[in-house]
Amino acid sequence: MKILTGNDLKSGAVTWWTGVDWSLHVEEAVDVGDQAGSIAAREESARRVNAPYAIDAERDERGVRPAHIKDRIRALGPTVRPDLTLKPADPKAGSWVI
Amino acid sequence: MYLYDQYDQAMVDARVAEFRDQCQRRIDGKLSEDQFKPLRLMNGLYLQLHAYMLRVAIPYGTLNGRQMRALGDIADTFDRKYGHFTTRQNIQYNWIKLEEAPDILEALAKVEMHAIQTSGNCIRNISSDHFAGAAADEVADPRPYAELLRQWSSFHPEFSYLPRKFKFAVIASETDRAAMRLHDIGINIVRGDAGELGAAFYVGGGMGRTPMIAPLIRDFVPLDQLITYTEACLRVYNRYGRRDNKYKARIKILVHELGAQEYTRQVEEEFAHLLTQGIEPPRAELERIKSYFVDPAFDANAPDVIDRTDPDFAVWVDRNTHPHKQHNYVSAVISLKPVGGIPGDATADQMRLMAELGEAYSFDELRVIHTQNIVLPHVRKADLFTLWQKLVEAGLGTPNLDQIGDIIACPGLDYCSLANARSIPVAQKISERFAASGKGEALGELKLKISGCINACGHHHAGHIGILGVDKKGVENYQLLLGGSEAEDTSLGKITGPGFSEDGIVDAVETAADVYLRERQNGERFLDTYRRIGMEPFKEALYG
Ligand code: SF4
Repeated sequence: MKILTGNDLKSGAVTWWTGVDWSLHVEEAVDVGDQAGSIAAREESARRVNAPYAIDAERDERGVRPAHIKDRIRALGPTVRPDLTLKPADPKAGSWVI
Repeated sequence: MYLYDQYDQAMVDARVAEFRDQCQRRIDGKLSEDQFKPLRLMNGLYLQLHAYMLRVAIPYGTLNGRQMRALGDIADTFDRKYGHFTTRQNIQYNWIKLEEAPDILEALAKVEMHAIQTSGNCIRNISSDHFAGAAADEVADPRPYAELLRQWSSFHPEFSYLPRKFKFAVIASETDRAAMRLHDIGINIVRGDAGELGAAFYVGGGMGRTPMIAPLIRDFVPLDQLITYTEACLRVYNRYGRRDNKYKARIKILVHELGAQEYTRQVEEEFAHLLTQGIEPPRAELERIKSYFVDPAFDANAPDVIDRTDPDFAVWVDRNTHPHKQHNYVSAVISLKPVGGIPGDATADQMRLMAELGEAYSFDELRVIHTQNIVLPHVRKADLFTLWQKLVEAGLGTPNLDQIGDIIACPGLDYCSLANARSIPVAQKISERFAASGKGEALGELKLKISGCINACGHHHAGHIGILGVDKKGVENYQLLLGGSEAEDTSLGKITGPGFSEDGIVDAVETAADVYLRERQNGERFLDTYRRIGMEPFKEALYG
């Protein structure tokens, strides 16, 4: 599947397109098919997202998993600071990245 | 240390106001990201993996207590209670909000700091010897010359849009503690035959994709022609440096392609022309700058002994202090490399504590080392034990300077959008492995440096052992390099062979260390043994 990601303009936080809005949680990302370009252009010009781009991902039993490790680290947070990730209480969160 | 005059302060304040307006216009949609990006980069604001990242300039790595405290307060107020000291003697904050960036710049301006020229194709923060003004072996304090260059290069209209970024290092001793020959321009302040001071110019060094050691192009430039000669070097580069290919745009490529001799000939020609133009700042300006760098009031009567009764303290003294030109003082290095820690990271509380210790024990001076540690340059030997106790209590007393645990690691894929692989976890694993086995002690001086991509912010080319993270079909992979040095015996490391996985590279480092322990002869460092026996025995052990 293709999903769309970018950063929140004001906070810089990593966000994912859910079909109606932008979420901090990659598991809420939806397949944008071949619509990435038009959604990105519309959302960026409305300043609801900054620097959006489409990536490959797949859906598995744990949700949506970006194909590249870089986007998995973006989705979770730095692997070396579990306390600063989106899942500070989940000891297995880091293994999802690798 | 240097204090801003009204011009410096006015320039920085004006820049804060300008950037506040630019941020607001971006938030209001009056500027697109394409329009805004170069503006934010001019103020050190990047968009990184998790958020905006702000890089703050620390000129030649020098700070006073008030500034270090402000850096801690910024980490608390605007970031997640920590910051990352970099190999450019700067600090980076990883979790910045665009709407708060102008407030941070304002807080910095209040303590005579800024983030100007920490990005973009301009002259970046000038780096220098972290023991400047304290080292027993320097011929002069290099900082006034670094400051003169800082002032000359700040907003220099001719050099604001160079073909590529441009980095200077200024030192003043035979021992190179600033990787001088791996900079675009390395300047070594030296004594001429008659005892007068001058500058040796090394031009065209650098790491990154195409590492090069800068050749000496002029062994003595009189100091009252320092800026004129520098300007001649930059002019030739600005005129002929390649703008068509980002990967060939650094001055090292120009010097290499023209040949050092031809580049020098053109510089000399330009220099002769510039000498007629009277562009050198008045000598009085250099003298004014120098007046900020006079020695502090050293206590000549302070005891010249260190009580080494406590064995842990004695180890720290041996590892983490450096001889001072004043016999009863030393420079003390605060390691930001606890076992298993993140190299270069310091919490807001640690920064405030270091500020306090700098004020109490080092004449209100601190330095950032390019190896991502902090120096208190002027500490009375008599105060060392108390200082050490306070450092240990705050987790800042690791005695590992220049040892295998004192690893340079760039932010890598945990933070950096350009990265291919993570650097920090590899550093953590190596530091833990060698601490647990106790081999770190036996290895002695062994400088290990890790970069998460070919840009080489972690100086991997210059490590006795270097590690480069690469992307192998979407999986992190690590190349091992041996034999680099960024000291006065500058050399570039060579790749051993095929790369390793994350755990494999930790094993490989241990294997290389074991070869050294087996082969070393009296008093040899890892680097010396490697240079004597060559790559083969290491390859044999790694792949054989
Ligand atoms: S070396 Fe590469 S990964 Fe490391 S900080 Fe520099 S650009 Fe980022």
